Amino acid sequence: MADVSTLQPIILPDTSAGAEPRSYWSTVGERLAHDRITLAVGAVLLCVILLAIFAPWAATHDPLQGSVMRRLKPIGTPGFFLGTDETGRDIWSRLVYGGRLSLICGVTPVALATLIGGTLGLVAGIGGRVVNMAIMRVVDVFYAFPSVLLAIAICGVIGAGIGNTILSLMVVFTPPIVRVTESLTAQVKNRDFVEAARASAAPLHAIISHQILPNVLGGMLVYATSLVGIGIILSAGLSFLGLGVTPPNPEWGLMLNALRQAIFVNPIVAALPGVAIVITSLCFNLLSDGLRSAMDIKLPS
Amino acid sequence: MARFIALRLLHTILILFGVSIVAFGLIHLIPGNPLDILLPPEAPKEVVERLKVEFGFDKPLYIQYLAWLGRVLQGNLGTSVFTGLRVTGELLSALGNTFVLAIPAALLGFSLGTTLGTLAAFNHGRLLDKLFSVIAILGISMPHYWLGIALVIVFAVLYPVLPAAGMGGGGGIPTNWDEARHLILPVITLSMIPMGVIGRIVRSTVLEILSQEFPTALRAKGLRHRRMVWHVLKNAAPPALAVMGLQLGFLLGGSILVETVFNWPGSGQFMNLAIFRRDIPVLQGTVLVLAGFFVIINLLVDILQALIDPRIRR
Amino acid sequence: MNVPPSSDDRGGAAQPLLIVRDLKKHFPAKGSFWSLSRDTVQAVDGVSFSVAKGQTVGVVGESGCGKSTTARLLLHLIEPDAGEVIFDGEGVGAPGGIGVRELRLQMQMVFQDSYSSLNPRATIADIIAFGPRTAKKVPSKQAHDRAGGLLEQVGLQPSLFARRYPHELSGGQRQRINIARALALEPRLLILDEAVSALDKSVEAQILNLLADLRRDLGLTYLFISHDLNVVRHVSDRVVVMYLGRIVEAGDVGGIFRRPSHPYTQALLRAMPSMDPDRRTEASLLTGDPPNPINPPSGCRFRTRCAFAEEVCARVPPALQDIAGGHQVACHMMVPGSGHSRAGTICAGHD
Repeated sequence: MADVSTLQPIILPDTSAGAEPRSYWSTVGERLAHDRITLAVGAVLLCVILLAIFAPWAATHDPLQGSVMRRLKPIGTPGFFLGTDETGRDIWSRLVYGGRLSLICGVTPVALATLIGGTLGLVAGIGGRVVNMAIMRVVDVFYAFPSVLLAIAICGVIGAGIGNTILSLMVVFTPPIVRVTESLTAQVKNRDFVEAARASAAPLHAIISHQILPNVLGGMLVYATSLVGIGIILSAGLSFLGLGVTPPNPEWGLMLNALRQAIFVNPIVAALPGVAIVITSLCFNLLSDGLRSAMDIKLPS
Repeated sequence: MARFIALRLLHTILILFGVSIVAFGLIHLIPGNPLDILLPPEAPKEVVERLKVEFGFDKPLYIQYLAWLGRVLQGNLGTSVFTGLRVTGELLSALGNTFVLAIPAALLGFSLGTTLGTLAAFNHGRLLDKLFSVIAILGISMPHYWLGIALVIVFAVLYPVLPAAGMGGGGGIPTNWDEARHLILPVITLSMIPMGVIGRIVRSTVLEILSQEFPTALRAKGLRHRRMVWHVLKNAAPPALAVMGLQLGFLLGGSILVETVFNWPGSGQFMNLAIFRRDIPVLQGTVLVLAGFFVIINLLVDILQALIDPRIRR
Repeated sequence: MNVPPSSDDRGGAAQPLLIVRDLKKHFPAKGSFWSLSRDTVQAVDGVSFSVAKGQTVGVVGESGCGKSTTARLLLHLIEPDAGEVIFDGEGVGAPGGIGVRELRLQMQMVFQDSYSSLNPRATIADIIAFGPRTAKKVPSKQAHDRAGGLLEQVGLQPSLFARRYPHELSGGQRQRINIARALALEPRLLILDEAVSALDKSVEAQILNLLADLRRDLGLTYLFISHDLNVVRHVSDRVVVMYLGRIVEAGDVGGIFRRPSHPYTQALLRAMPSMDPDRRTEASLLTGDPPNPINPPSGCRFRTRCAFAEEVCARVPPALQDIAGGHQVACHMMVPGSGHSRAGTICAGHD
């Protein structure tokens, strides 16, 4: 073999990479910024969230105050531009306040489940065979229940109310998160750089926090975002059945149920809370999709 | 293959045990003494004590569980506190009504989903694909019970064409057109979410397969288009089947909402009533049976998957 | 090979840096957890060799022969089923010897370049600094400074590379990072597991030269694992040939390449494409099918492909025997009185 040590090539970085070093997350951000659909969705979602936060200013009336005389007014009634519900309360105001409840009932269980489920999934992925089997078999049992059934059964047993709704949904969401996290962790664990980290005599907690976690979080984020959309629908469903938020709170699902009687009188108004649910849930689902494709970067050679 | 089935069977039985424990344990999640739920508060103390012994509430938990399990395995799911009737009988007839809804909904949703998903994948990037994506994602972002209400508004109120509620008859499989009419709206409602979910899975799986090289190779071999599609579908089947199994579970469990909207006397409504009447034996029995069905369906789906895809047999 | 005496040289110049004795690892074959049979993949089955200080020992063999598993066993990334590893005179994991952690501070591995050899979410500097920061509790600033120094040593400008991410680098650059990472803990022995196999030839040459320079400058010892005979010939002082989990031949690089004694080694060398136009591609000495690693042949594992296999080869596994000054072979033909019809009649190197 010829001795090529006399050649001194100039070592330059890959010129296609540009001048500034880019982290993975900033690349993801860049891709998102070019994804018009996701940007639009994000804007809509931001509006929904802002409306919910600033409900007292956005609402036109007291959401709990109704008057029998103005029951079921149609859309476009002066002063109540989205109409009134079956006890005369302004629908727009109730929708706006209901946004708070729906967002809380959608986001909180998912956040809690991610914390608990994520930890369990990590442990199951990293721990030995026994630990893994123990955790995953218990998860399997909970997976044996269709999520709606489980949510209803738990709420049916422990009672209604917003706290119980959050608790019930948290129980429903934890097993899928455990599964996703465990699967991601197991994949990452087998990659060479983790083996290299082990070979460098690093303590386990450093390997987890530096090597494994950063590579697992992305997938978890995508999944959790998609669960929020489901959470909103589920919590509305629970309220619809009378198991979730209790009246007279303006929760969207509850409103749907109460307005059912109105479909013969004022059908459009009766469908409005559903529109709110669809919009919000749709935004979260599209956001999750957008995140997933932004993170799916095919690494250049 | 036989070993695979045996293993899965073992796994399923263990899961069923776990499920039974959870179903049994539900009653003990309720704050307060289970007996207080079953009896009115003014019941005399001797009656309370007697019933305690009769139901076995004075015994340790695991004995109660085993006794309950024993009864369940013999087909005795207890007696309704409210109606006094045996749970098993009522549940089974209610379940039958749910199946009348769920099976057509499943068939409709799965076939529509698969067809649309495949079409979308083969027309990747074109209008059909984008249209499908919109429909599918709307399908899963929508509370299906709301869709039911919307459909009722359109087809029963604004343009009264179809009945708004009820089974329109004695229950069971529709025997005439009028009863069948009652099926239309609920089935469409219920099929929306499975259609969306299956459609998306099929579309993404088929896309993945198409991006691999072997369909091109098949084409190069001169295979006719239809045969190639068949090959692609065969490969796309396993993940789609898995999701279908899960969706069947959703249909069984999620039917409660649709049944409420359409006043359909199925297992969902049965459970709903049980919850409001605090009829614990009914609730336990229903949860157990529905979950049990789900587990068995998934077992069958797993076996079917393994039959189609030899790699799964490990 | 004059190795500058290092401060952690415990055993002295004559003590081999690494001695491996009878290393064994059997993996249960897939699915056998549930099955009643005891199918195992006998990945490494009684491997013994030694590496002197300052040497480069090359390990060759085809895919599946157990070279990579051996590397991982040495570092205890996989737990050995049996056998000893002795580093600079001290047993690893033995009472009175050194622990696995201490071993890893002195013995490091350079992985084959692949996308997954570097953490995609970390900067280059982070990757190199990770080991010292976490294993030796070196303060972050110091570790990053040292990372910069290492980058220079492997030929990359720190100002250009320290804050970059792996996906922005080419294969050769990533491999330099792999080397820098391995050197970060200041080891004495580097295991290079197919370290240049994934690189283009020109880049491969650069990396090999870099490795040679580093060995000289830092007084390192190398264990070079590869399936590429040309590369092994170029870099090694000693060569070990593996087949199906066992060593079949070992010796000085000159002896192995000029006077191969084991039929497998001879076949391997014949299969190397030659630049010499007078040496046409010759018929292979190998017959039969590559055997199943799950149920390897009894006795000598090579016998199913050996043109000279006889009954004794199936009965008795040949032991690794010294046949001439450091040259070892595991073949019945080389041992007089082994029962093989050609035993004792063959001098090393004739076929």
